[in-house]
Amino acid sequence: MERIQPSSGALADAYIAGCRVGELRLQCCSRCGLHQFYPRIMCAHCFSEELEWVAATGRGEIISFTVVRRPISRAYDAPYVVALIKLQEGPTLMSHIVDCAPETIAVGLPVQVAFASWSESVALPVFTLDRQRGSSS
Amino acid sequence: MSSLRGKVAIVGAADTRVGVVPDRTATELCVESILLALADAGIGKDEVDGLVTCNSMAQPMLYHAEAIAEYLAITPRYCFAAGAGGGTTFSVLHHAASAIVTGMAEVVVIAMADSLRSGLSRDQAMLMQSSTGHPQYEQPYGPTVPAYYALIAQAHMARYGTRPEHFAEIAVACRAHAARNPAAQMREPITVDDVLNSRMIADPLHLLDCSLVSDGGAAIILTSAERARDFRQPPVYVLGVGEGHGHEHISQAQDLTASAARESGQRAYAMAGLRPVDMDFAQLYDCFTPTVLVELEDLGFCAKGEGGAFVCEAGIGPAGQLPVNTHGGLLSHCHPGNPGSMFALTESVWQLRHTAGERQIGNARYGLLHAQGGIMSSHSTLILGREEG
Repeated sequence: MERIQPSSGALADAYIAGCRVGELRLQCCSRCGLHQFYPRIMCAHCFSEELEWVAATGRGEIISFTVVRRPISRAYDAPYVVALIKLQEGPTLMSHIVDCAPETIAVGLPVQVAFASWSESVALPVFTLDRQRGSSS
Repeated sequence: MSSLRGKVAIVGAADTRVGVVPDRTATELCVESILLALADAGIGKDEVDGLVTCNSMAQPMLYHAEAIAEYLAITPRYCFAAGAGGGTTFSVLHHAASAIVTGMAEVVVIAMADSLRSGLSRDQAMLMQSSTGHPQYEQPYGPTVPAYYALIAQAHMARYGTRPEHFAEIAVACRAHAARNPAAQMREPITVDDVLNSRMIADPLHLLDCSLVSDGGAAIILTSAERARDFRQPPVYVLGVGEGHGHEHISQAQDLTASAARESGQRAYAMAGLRPVDMDFAQLYDCFTPTVLVELEDLGFCAKGEGGAFVCEAGIGPAGQLPVNTHGGLLSHCHPGNPGSMFALTESVWQLRHTAGERQIGNARYGLLHAQGGIMSSHSTLILGREEG
């Protein structure tokens, strides 16, 4: 059984293409300079249609998380951690926190992007605790 | 701009049996609720010229309201099915009240039912759950519905020091109300320890922090205040109504610990000319315990961040300062999905008619009802009263 795959579309495909080459892509508005996620056909702030894909630093902070004990389907190994990550560039996205014991996770901790395979052709961003920044902050 | 305040009234209200009702389909539950509400109002179907429903997940239909009208063999001039998740009920009432005031219809039936417990296969139920969330950027991570609300709970805990015991207190209070309601699905009293010792579903939410999965339906009859005087039941007046729509997907929320319930509530209070302290009871959307805590704060019953203290110290149970979910709520009365808040509505009608039996709030004059859909996304607030103004 396969995990849920992201549905397709021109903008989503461009985002996934970034994930395949290890880049977390955000749109940046050429007019107002704001980054946005999820990708849209216009800047949600100023409605400019001049948007550029840029590679995010991949660094962010956990603004909330939960440990899912009862999985949504057999394709997901519980427990798994669903979190909301606020990226350094501003936007927030949903992701997983991986490679750590759930009890070590807390709101406010810094995280760093990694990429995980979701199918033969799709990779998605996941996050790991950024121990380097965690200890220095 | 003219206000809806005191212009329309509820003159009929009824619930079907709720909980596990395998002998009725979702369509039949919807129809049955209408028959019961018409009987309560003392009118026949020929007097109905408006019908509003919400779609069913167990028996979805492309034109749901039209199909229900056809089943009843009525031909309303105002007819639609709405969908805003749990917020549908009061959004619909807002629309229907406007339709009555502008002359689109005179007597509107609002009816909602579903059979999530008996009418859905496990595959359908999982599909329904996994279809919540953004199809490209959220769903692949496998968040369950409790997980979305757990994100709100965890953020509130981190920011305000709220504890799992505070959330548990809400489940305990709803169960205490349900214990006084013979119609409720779950009536056995529970303690905070029972909640905290129940299975963890998505941290910090335990099984007993989560609402029920139920069958059931309810309907109300809405008409103009003028017409309402001719009905046999004492009218219950719509004094204030407001909505607020913040986002759809939780990852796009401006703030995880505050919601558009603030704007929704402020609009309803402004229309009614009333304040939180005027409310004799509140029915707050409780799909999961944290929603009640956030709503208490956003609707002005306590300051932001003090929801935990409010439920423990002021109290929201039958003897509390503000009884919340006097029928038992989605946590203990029943939760058939989108129709969930209909039962808060019918309960409020009975509270304001002073016919709520053992659970009657003494001399109840005003009640506030709040519903939300999405993940704290779409909010609607309703203020009802015994008197027209």
